[in-house]
Amino acid sequence: MNTLLQIEGVGKSFGGLKAVQNVSLSVTEGRLSALIGPNGAGKTTLFALMSGFLTPDTGRVVFAGQDITGQAPHLNARMGLTRTFQIVQPFAAQTVRENIAVGAHLHLPRRAQALGFAESVAQQVGLSPQLDKLASDLTVAGRKRLELARALATRPRLLLLDEVLAGLNPQEIAEMIPVVQGIAQSGVTVLMIEHVMQAVMTLAQEVWVLAQGQLIAQGSPAEVTNNKAVVEAYLGHGTAERLQKNAARATAAAQEAQT
Amino acid sequence: MKDFRRIALFTLVIGVIPFCTQSGVMLNFVMTALYACLLSQAWNVLGGFGGQFSFGHALFFGTGAYVQAIAQMQWGLSPWVALPLAMAFAAGVGAFVGAASFRYGLKGSYFALVTLAFAEVFRILATSVPFTGAGVGLMLPLKESAANMQFANRAGFIWLMLGLVTLALCITAWLRHSRFGAYLQAVRDNEDAARAIGVNPFSVKLIATVLSGGLMGAGGAFYVQVFQYIDPGIAFGSHTSVEALVGAIVGGLGTLWGPLLGAISLHILADLTRNLFGQLPGINMVIYGVVLIVIVMFLPRGMAGLGTITPLQWLRGSKRSDGDKS
Repeated sequence: MNTLLQIEGVGKSFGGLKAVQNVSLSVTEGRLSALIGPNGAGKTTLFALMSGFLTPDTGRVVFAGQDITGQAPHLNARMGLTRTFQIVQPFAAQTVRENIAVGAHLHLPRRAQALGFAESVAQQVGLSPQLDKLASDLTVAGRKRLELARALATRPRLLLLDEVLAGLNPQEIAEMIPVVQGIAQSGVTVLMIEHVMQAVMTLAQEVWVLAQGQLIAQGSPAEVTNNKAVVEAYLGHGTAERLQKNAARATAAAQEAQT
Repeated sequence: MKDFRRIALFTLVIGVIPFCTQSGVMLNFVMTALYACLLSQAWNVLGGFGGQFSFGHALFFGTGAYVQAIAQMQWGLSPWVALPLAMAFAAGVGAFVGAASFRYGLKGSYFALVTLAFAEVFRILATSVPFTGAGVGLMLPLKESAANMQFANRAGFIWLMLGLVTLALCITAWLRHSRFGAYLQAVRDNEDAARAIGVNPFSVKLIATVLSGGLMGAGGAFYVQVFQYIDPGIAFGSHTSVEALVGAIVGGLGTLWGPLLGAISLHILADLTRNLFGQLPGINMVIYGVVLIVIVMFLPRGMAGLGTITPLQWLRGSKRSDGDKS
């Protein structure tokens, strides 16, 4: 199993705020991994550091064996590292087809080829019926799909997905999960930031947990959700203990009632 | 390609006008309208397709005009050689200004101010250095012949300008059907999203500035050939910058025919108001301004966008769709 992306001791501060501190992790090729953590943990900042939108203050980023620390995003995209945005960023004045074609142009210089390829990518993410709509006329779910399609059209090796499920209703989430799954199965390595735990549990093979800019846990989804530090990061200090005590008390009470 | 066929038709139709009429007023009108079209088309490449609003396109216009004059008067070149040279110099100035602005990430109003400032700097430089003839300007000697690009009648100038407008139209059509054009529009609509999928915004905007500057330079060179005189105020004054951007905005940004439509309509409007209200100096500018406000309010996508919005949107004076209303 090869490591596709490795970050070592990466840190970034904004003024006095240490957004990301000394984070090291490695993404294995061919896997679907997730990065979770409470709001403000620094997940999106970490994505920006990986993809070149921000330059880390410390540490380095290695992609496919090459040091890409501080390399411009468009050069990373050419190497096969592409990201999406949590707040969708469509080319609003253009149609869905044209939006996706911009991504496709990374490998297809001819306009007709890129527009043709856009159609097949649209099919993959379920946007075929909307191909000729303006991006600004799409629903939130449609825009999330478009964000995904545009990144996918660059034929990435590693796709960084920043909350593709945020803002969707349960039904839309249920429709979107197979799309992400399909992308991973087609051979693209995926690292996703996600708050929707249902998705993380079903999709991710490996999970990292970030809290206050630091990695606090790593493992399979089941391991991570039972981790005391993770529970406390989400629900506050002492919560894990309290929950355990409550559970023990409930069991004791149940036993007492039986006797 | 449909666009190129339409351009060919346009060129053909305008090209035969000099055979149909001998009216000096009419031919003069066609020539100046085409000239306005070129300026707006040039501005549209950077402003409409690239979203970089320049308030100082006179910078490129003036550069082209001065190079055209100096190349003939001081370097002894033929005007036919001077014209591509003028375009190259204007494009070069575009490369310089573009590199300086985009390197430091200047966008929106900052870019507009920088271009305005550069045009002003060039105007002052042109008034102070000797080879531009300083404040007196340069007067191109009258040597009427086609070889000298000084045609005996308007027809020659019309065909020359028509050639340049056709070139500008072809470049615009190419923007609509090429990877570069797609990248340029992507950068205009959302620079970060474009970067994430492999677009280098710096080089894309730089090339657009070079193309736009080159076309604008051709406009300046043409001006010198027709009026045989250039001074710093004409060359780098804000009037030309405004004429170029207003035509493109009124007609429809980022469209193929919009800038043409806008430039011609405004040209007609300016002519009409000047003739109708000639005894009230300045009134034509007032009317011009009012029409501009009305168009911006009711035709947010310009005249070329007239067919693309519904009457209801039109009544509401709907804004350009910006994608923020989710």
